Amino acid sequence: MLTAEEKHQIDHEISLVPSPKNACIEALKIVQQREGWVSDESLKDVAEYVGMSTAELDSVATFYNLIFRRPVGRHVILLCDSISCYVMGYEDIKEQLFNKLSIQYGQTTADGRFTLLPNCCLGTCDCAPALMIDNDLYRNLTVDQLDEILSKYT
Amino acid sequence: MEKPLTQHIVPGRKPLNLKEYEQVGGYASVRKVLKEMAPQEVQTLVKDSNLRGRGGAGFNTGLKWSFVPMGPEAAQPKYLVANADEMEPGTFKDRLLLEGNPHQLIEGMIVAAYAIEASISYVFLRWAYKVAAREITQAIQEAYAAGYLGKNILGSGFNLEMHLHTGVGRYMCGEETALLNALEGKRANPRAKPPFPQVSGLFGKPTIVNNVETLCNLPHIINNGAEWFKKLGLTEDAGTKLYGVSGRVKKPGCWELPMGTTIREILEEHAGGMQDGYLFRGLLPGGASTDFLVEEHLDLPMDYPSIQAAGSRMGTGTMIILDDQTCPVGFTLNLQHFFAQESCGFCTPCREGLPWVEKILLAIDKGEGKPEHLLTLDFHTKYLGPGNTFCALAPGAMEPLQSALKYFREDFERHIHEHHCPWSKSKVWQPSI
Amino acid sequence: MATIYIDNHPYDVQAGKNLLETCLTLGKDLPYFCWHPAMGSIGACRQCAVKVYKDENDTKGKLFMSCMEQVRDGMRISIADLEAKEFRAHIIGWLMTNHPHDCAVCDEGGACHLQDMTVMTGHNYRQYSFQKRTYRNQYLGPFLNHEMNRCIQCYRCVRYYKDYAGGKDLDVFAAHNHLYFGRAEDGVLESEFSGNLAEVCPTGVFTDKTLKQHYTRKWDLTSAASVCHHCSLGCNTIAGERYGTLRNITNRYNGEVNGYFLCDRGRFGYEFVNSPGRIRKPLVRSRLPEATEKYPALKAATSAIRAGRVIGIGSPRASLESNYVLKKLVGEDNFYHGVSDVDHDLVDLSLSILRNGPARTPSLREVEKADAVFILGEDLTNTAPMLALAVRQSVRQKPILEEVSQAKIPVWQDAAVRELVQSEKGPLFIAHYTPTKLDELATQTFFDSTDTIARLGFAVANIIHPDSPEVRNISEEGQELAQQIADALMAAKNPLIISGTSSGSERVLKAAANIVQALVAREKAAGISLVVPECNSMGLALLGGHKLESAFEAVMNGYADTVIILENDLYRRAGSTTIDQFLKSCKQVIALDHLHNATTEKADILLPAAPFSEADGTLVNNEGRAQRFFQVHPVPEEIQESWHWLAEIGTIMAIEEISSWHGYDDIVKAIAKEYPELEGITKTAPPSGFRIAGQRIPREPHRFSGRTSMLANLNVSEPKPAEDPDSPLSYTMEGYRGQPPSSMIPFFWTPGWNSNQQATNKYQEEVGGHLKGGDPGVRLLAPAGTASYSTAVPQRFVPLEGHLYMLPLHHTFGSEELSNQSPSIRERIPEPYVAINSTDAIRMKVDEGQLLSFSIEGQVYQLPVRLSQTIPSGSAGMPNGLPGVPFAELPAWAILNRDIKWKQQPQTTF
Repeated sequence: MLTAEEKHQIDHEISLVPSPKNACIEALKIVQQREGWVSDESLKDVAEYVGMSTAELDSVATFYNLIFRRPVGRHVILLCDSISCYVMGYEDIKEQLFNKLSIQYGQTTADGRFTLLPNCCLGTCDCAPALMIDNDLYRNLTVDQLDEILSKYT
Repeated sequence: MEKPLTQHIVPGRKPLNLKEYEQVGGYASVRKVLKEMAPQEVQTLVKDSNLRGRGGAGFNTGLKWSFVPMGPEAAQPKYLVANADEMEPGTFKDRLLLEGNPHQLIEGMIVAAYAIEASISYVFLRWAYKVAAREITQAIQEAYAAGYLGKNILGSGFNLEMHLHTGVGRYMCGEETALLNALEGKRANPRAKPPFPQVSGLFGKPTIVNNVETLCNLPHIINNGAEWFKKLGLTEDAGTKLYGVSGRVKKPGCWELPMGTTIREILEEHAGGMQDGYLFRGLLPGGASTDFLVEEHLDLPMDYPSIQAAGSRMGTGTMIILDDQTCPVGFTLNLQHFFAQESCGFCTPCREGLPWVEKILLAIDKGEGKPEHLLTLDFHTKYLGPGNTFCALAPGAMEPLQSALKYFREDFERHIHEHHCPWSKSKVWQPSI
Repeated sequence: MATIYIDNHPYDVQAGKNLLETCLTLGKDLPYFCWHPAMGSIGACRQCAVKVYKDENDTKGKLFMSCMEQVRDGMRISIADLEAKEFRAHIIGWLMTNHPHDCAVCDEGGACHLQDMTVMTGHNYRQYSFQKRTYRNQYLGPFLNHEMNRCIQCYRCVRYYKDYAGGKDLDVFAAHNHLYFGRAEDGVLESEFSGNLAEVCPTGVFTDKTLKQHYTRKWDLTSAASVCHHCSLGCNTIAGERYGTLRNITNRYNGEVNGYFLCDRGRFGYEFVNSPGRIRKPLVRSRLPEATEKYPALKAATSAIRAGRVIGIGSPRASLESNYVLKKLVGEDNFYHGVSDVDHDLVDLSLSILRNGPARTPSLREVEKADAVFILGEDLTNTAPMLALAVRQSVRQKPILEEVSQAKIPVWQDAAVRELVQSEKGPLFIAHYTPTKLDELATQTFFDSTDTIARLGFAVANIIHPDSPEVRNISEEGQELAQQIADALMAAKNPLIISGTSSGSERVLKAAANIVQALVAREKAAGISLVVPECNSMGLALLGGHKLESAFEAVMNGYADTVIILENDLYRRAGSTTIDQFLKSCKQVIALDHLHNATTEKADILLPAAPFSEADGTLVNNEGRAQRFFQVHPVPEEIQESWHWLAEIGTIMAIEEISSWHGYDDIVKAIAKEYPELEGITKTAPPSGFRIAGQRIPREPHRFSGRTSMLANLNVSEPKPAEDPDSPLSYTMEGYRGQPPSSMIPFFWTPGWNSNQQATNKYQEEVGGHLKGGDPGVRLLAPAGTASYSTAVPQRFVPLEGHLYMLPLHHTFGSEELSNQSPSIRERIPEPYVAINSTDAIRMKVDEGQLLSFSIEGQVYQLPVRLSQTIPSGSAGMPNGLPGVPFAELPAWAILNRDIKWKQQPQTTF
């Protein structure tokens, strides 16, 4: 079920566009903000709310890599794997994250704390390598910073 | 040296708020166009200034606007969209403008919207730019409060609404028609042109999509004139340009310099030259989808015609440096993995061709390459060209590949003949997922 | 016109089309995938690349996708250019990187567009040596099989299912080379038009699941041109047979009728032919064993007829010929329509509106071009599905005429058109008592009782032309709605009024007729489409005949004692007590039918009538179009068309006219002679003696295999092939190899083009247009314009205490007799129910799912309740023809077994 607050937010987005379905991506973002991801149930709720079929909405949702259709951890780590970070050796960071968290890309730690995903260029190439955790950007990463960074997220 | 775009940007400091921005002359161009100029005059001025789109294509901005149907007969509402979906690997110039001076963007957007008589505008911002999102949201609120946005702006009768839309990923959204689909809440597949967005754009209405840097130039052109703008450039291309460098240089970064500054100057004076222990082998001049340039090109001016003449494109003007300790095959593989992942899947050559290219490069990098693989790569570079694919994504992907095969072919062949990567310390780069 | 140069050869072509369709119309072999003549271009597959040159001095040229380029005068292109050819071959190469190469076990093999295009481009060797991606397939219901690994991502399925047919539950998921085409989760595809996916898909992702159960390659099918028997629209089909069983139904292109598509009832309803309930031997119940051979049966029937006073009951699902011969056999006075009296009167009224009214019925193709539509009392998706599909296209017409042409976007540029138009739709108004699937497209819907719907219709007609009678006591709101509809119709170039018999209301039909009459009086090119109940309802009405009730009377009062029942289960036409009594009162009941049913159970003599695939005949559809269907394969002599049986009986009885007939053609001629209005039926197809270069038209492709061995289990020497005395078709692969006349195309095939839909290109005057030689069918009716306005403006519906006014509800799957016997269709038939107004439910203290008891004409019903927001208070809806729901002649007053007082007259607009 969509919460009253979510409905309120979605209504606002709908008011800005010609047809409710035009606001569907915004609506998915709103739902994802609360739950961290878009469950099948939420997808159905949103679809109904904006007047789309489940299939139609899922077609949009699955197109975008930052709409999560599977559960994620409490924090999502997006590690830039694009060219500048590649040149600047992001792979060491990746290996360390794999080891420290005991997960691979696309996986969530057993305690549900982190999900690790590769991400294309974060637009901070002069400070490569870089990663984002939730809304925080970390640049000029070195392997020895990782423990401290990760410790900020519980 | 004039730096109109970045003069008020101080790294590490909060951007100017509306009041501060007005104190340094902000929004003067809005007052000027609303009071003194007809929309067509704005179009003509910008066309005359030879401002070329800073998103990569380099099309004359005023000319692009001129295809928008004007007058009372034109379909309504018309839309203006700021393309702030900066996602070209190696590119980080718009971030500087978005985080550093959001009012400058809003001012430019008002000018552009006025020029095409648009009444609704969007900033399409990529998801990762959290700081920019915060600053723009605040700046839009301030601009509404001060009467620069909304109904009857400054008593002129001109109306403009402005919304911020943050994306949910996908490089494709940077392509203007795919961006429009994303804004409509659809899959970000590109649209066929014609019809161009000027005729049938957002929600089927006339629309202009301009890059952030392009829009930020507008207030200065309005305030100082076309001639002033043209003179900023060192070559036939006008204005200043945000140039960036990333990779193994001493001082990677982004600087506003006169259009036409040479690559060498950017690389050596501003980026401080190569890091100790690394030698220059080549560079992508304007993001991941531009052809390699090498040593012989370093004295070229960074402007649209010069870089094009050298067989590449200026693109976004942010360079990525390939050094001697990075494997060119791995470098190319990383790029192709990116493009294969970011293909929307709409047209055959891009959807099927890019993953094939990626697999071949991976095989070569692993030492499992075969001589015929190079032939397969060659036909991809031949046939994934502009016009053969639905949009410019795959042709863009082929640019670094074809030039890597041209300039570093021996390195590819060595991988194949020696059955391993000469640069490999222990293992090759593995594309993620 | 424009002149273009293809490989330096000049061609005069139509300007404005795209290059691909132009090249195909010229007969060029230019490969393509994503483009479809009914759906236009999107430029996704990149398969149709050609070289385009700037001018005659340009020798280099540039590759362009021909589907996305508009033809311009003086254009120079090359198909043969080496680079273009190489690029096209690479497209296949790319598509093949993930295609599983499983042709040998794929149902599409042999009729596969991907196979054809692969051969056409010359891509022979695989260069791709890496792993292919694989998918999990989905369960999609009883009609279609899903095999995603074969997908080449051409987007045709979603464009057809979603954009064209309005389906909601099939889409494309994910991105880049992980695209997935399917449902959000496993489940039955909801659309009534899903089967077309099997033909729209260029390869074997979506294939016919019913065919899979008795699989045969296209080249091994014996096929013939047929006409769908499952509703009144007469869609053209191809029926394919092997080893004596019917294997599949595929689309037979008719540029005026069904185009490229069929509904699922039409495509999958065929399995009744293979039903174990088939009557395969004549039965004479008075002897033992009952089953007998042809001649004893004929003898028994003849003597029964000789001995008795005979009447004949015709059938709207039997051919014109069968009904006619029955009428001849029993005599004009003794021929009765085997339909309920309500249907009889409604169809007669429909026919008279079409005969005497001012407007013609548009073909389905023309319906698609209507720019304002008003539907009164028809749930088209459930009563005439393909008409609903055509109306779905029509709402795009107004925006296309106005905005798209203004923006100079060619109509074939599908994605661009949809992006420009967005959700804008042309005017569509629907008035009904139940929601319909077209409501989502409607400008306005209006839900009320049939009388009130009729009042709305009369009010609209009166606004359009004051000569049409006035409707009194309309509310202001109602007047506004009528005005809005009238304005929209008057503003249109081609307004269309759709109504029909399915809501059981003459008044609604008359109101519809008045609107058209008024529109024509105002010089509008208006059309009227009237849906009638069954595949040959119109043909039967054209032949004339008495009401069924008088047949009952004739027997009850002793006028007659023997009845011949033609392809008809009378228990679907009148109450069971009535029929029981009627049949019991007959001394001899002679029935002809394909399937055992309640009526044949009681027949004294039962003759196996050939179903459509084993018969020749003519049907007349709702637009008055006579169409010929052909026998697909030879059958044992004791199974034959009803007209055949009856003519043989007549011959034995030495009835002069009947004895003078020497086969099918003579019957057709006799009908034409006797009924000048039906004269056109002689032109629906060439006569049986027709030959091309002295040859018959083969029902089998030249690759047909196994002929010499398929009967070897019975006899090692191959029997002489059967000969067809009734048509110019041969039962073998021998015969004329070129294109047959358009009315009798047994299969679409030309060298290099094996898939049905794509091979059709070569049979059309221009791609997507009319078939060469004209689209099949002859229109029999021309509006005489002699009708005057009906003055039968009804009063408002008034509920009756303790009663419910029971209205018929129809189901694509469930309401039609024959298709209900197909196992796949049976899976889609809803459970019986009664729909009642939600507020009435509260008053009656029943809730969703609870049983409601009531009786109609003595028949007691006890059905689970479905709550409805639209059924008017005081009335209710009951599914028509659904298995398990005894017949009631609807609409009718149902008596509730409780005393319910309705609130005073419910508020209505009209």
